[in-house]
Amino acid sequence: MTSATTMAWPAPAVNESPSLPRLLPPGALDLDGHVQAYGPLCYSGAPRELIEEIRAAGLTGRGGAGFPAAVKMTAVADRRGRPVVVGNGAEGEPASHKDRHLLWLAPHLVLDGLQLAAEAVGARRAYLYVHGHDWLLRGLGRALAERSAARWDRIAVEIVAAPPRFLAGEESALASRVGGGISLPTFKRPPVFERGVGGAPTLVQNVETLAHMALIARFGAAWFRQVGTAAEPGSMLVTAHRADGESLVSEVPIGAPLAGVLDLGRQPVQAVLAGGYHGAWIPAAQAAALPLANAALRQAGASLGAGVLAALPADRCGLAETARVLRYLAAESAGQCGPCLNGLPRIAAAFSALSRPGAGRRYLADLERWSGLVAGRGACHHPDGTVRLARSALAVFSDEIEWHLAGRCTAEPPAGDLGSAGEPGLAAVPFLPLPAGDSGSLMPARSRHGWR
Amino acid sequence: MAVRLRVNPITCAGHGLCAELLPERVRLDEWHYPVVSREPVPPELEPLARRAVTDCPALALLLERTR
Repeated sequence: MTSATTMAWPAPAVNESPSLPRLLPPGALDLDGHVQAYGPLCYSGAPRELIEEIRAAGLTGRGGAGFPAAVKMTAVADRRGRPVVVGNGAEGEPASHKDRHLLWLAPHLVLDGLQLAAEAVGARRAYLYVHGHDWLLRGLGRALAERSAARWDRIAVEIVAAPPRFLAGEESALASRVGGGISLPTFKRPPVFERGVGGAPTLVQNVETLAHMALIARFGAAWFRQVGTAAEPGSMLVTAHRADGESLVSEVPIGAPLAGVLDLGRQPVQAVLAGGYHGAWIPAAQAAALPLANAALRQAGASLGAGVLAALPADRCGLAETARVLRYLAAESAGQCGPCLNGLPRIAAAFSALSRPGAGRRYLADLERWSGLVAGRGACHHPDGTVRLARSALAVFSDEIEWHLAGRCTAEPPAGDLGSAGEPGLAAVPFLPLPAGDSGSLMPARSRHGWR
Repeated sequence: MAVRLRVNPITCAGHGLCAELLPERVRLDEWHYPVVSREPVPPELEPLARRAVTDCPALALLLERTR
């Protein structure tokens, strides 16, 4: 993993200049290094006090939905019954690396945030839910042992391993898994903040959100707002996949020019994917003028999501790239809801057909109809996000679709030249990252295997 | 207070009884899963809506109050 840490380190103390990065040290910090860089953990001394500071800071969730953190915390604190807090580091998105990057470099910042969030809502149980990479579990185990030896924590933290599935980090799937079940999304009635892990009111916060909380508790809301925009304050972690094939996790102020984050202009780019695989394509010319903020991205039909950005080089076929991701997303359906189970594989197959030169026009009508049929009809947002990606590709790559219907792909040379596996228009190596060893099966995991 | 239908898409197995009982509020998609209208159920249809809820073999249909 690489990190674009070009600015000064360590993080600034109160009222110093707003330099970044705040969250990403140049190397992994043990507890001593963490204390040197950030100072001691500052409990507020009373429940809810930190919530007001977080409200003043305007911190929003960094896991994708962008929900105001203080609103969620208040909702949990207002419930009767002892709440549970879960740090969500199960980034199932193959194109996102920022959570594991943060957990590796600054585990104590995340764990401080978890303790503080627990104090704020009055929780006595806390969990850290992360993907079960050996190196990550070892690093976090080490960090917890250091804290235990230093009597740093007020409440014990249990690490729960998430299965390597796209939906493992979905809030209800998380609540089910942390409660001892399997990590499948559930019908959220009542919602997780009301009845989550073991039936307790449950605060789920992304690990980056927790790390920001740990800094807000130390340096305050005004410090947090020294970067970012007035409406969307602070910094955020992004995973940027540049057109030259380089992938970087970096921390940027919200509102920073998207062109800079993706290093646009160095080589021809045709479109930018914003918000990851549940996100949307934006034409390159439009993207190059946008700031990295939801206010601007939403007008372009996209959003920040969990900070995944990808610049598609001009010599890559956007239809083929999208088709591959849609196949992956269809296979990652939990297979629990009829519209998702039936619709996503059909959408993926039709898109696959469209990504090959010489496809028939009827696929366009099919895609339109099926997209309308699955949106909003799942227990979770997987069908909605998948359709968002498909629809944005149909709009942004509409010229290329006409070329494909006419029998030609303008972006990629014919299959023979690339030696791709018998699929014209599909280059052998995908540009957008997908998990290795994907069999390409469109069969969703209806069995319960693989969700633990 | 007005009510409307809602389906739990996880428990729904696509039996389709709801669409037969209440075509005014439920139609079946091309895979035979119900597309449930979010429109309130008018009082004259409420008895049928309640029957659709109790007769669903998967107990996947529910009536909820509109806010």
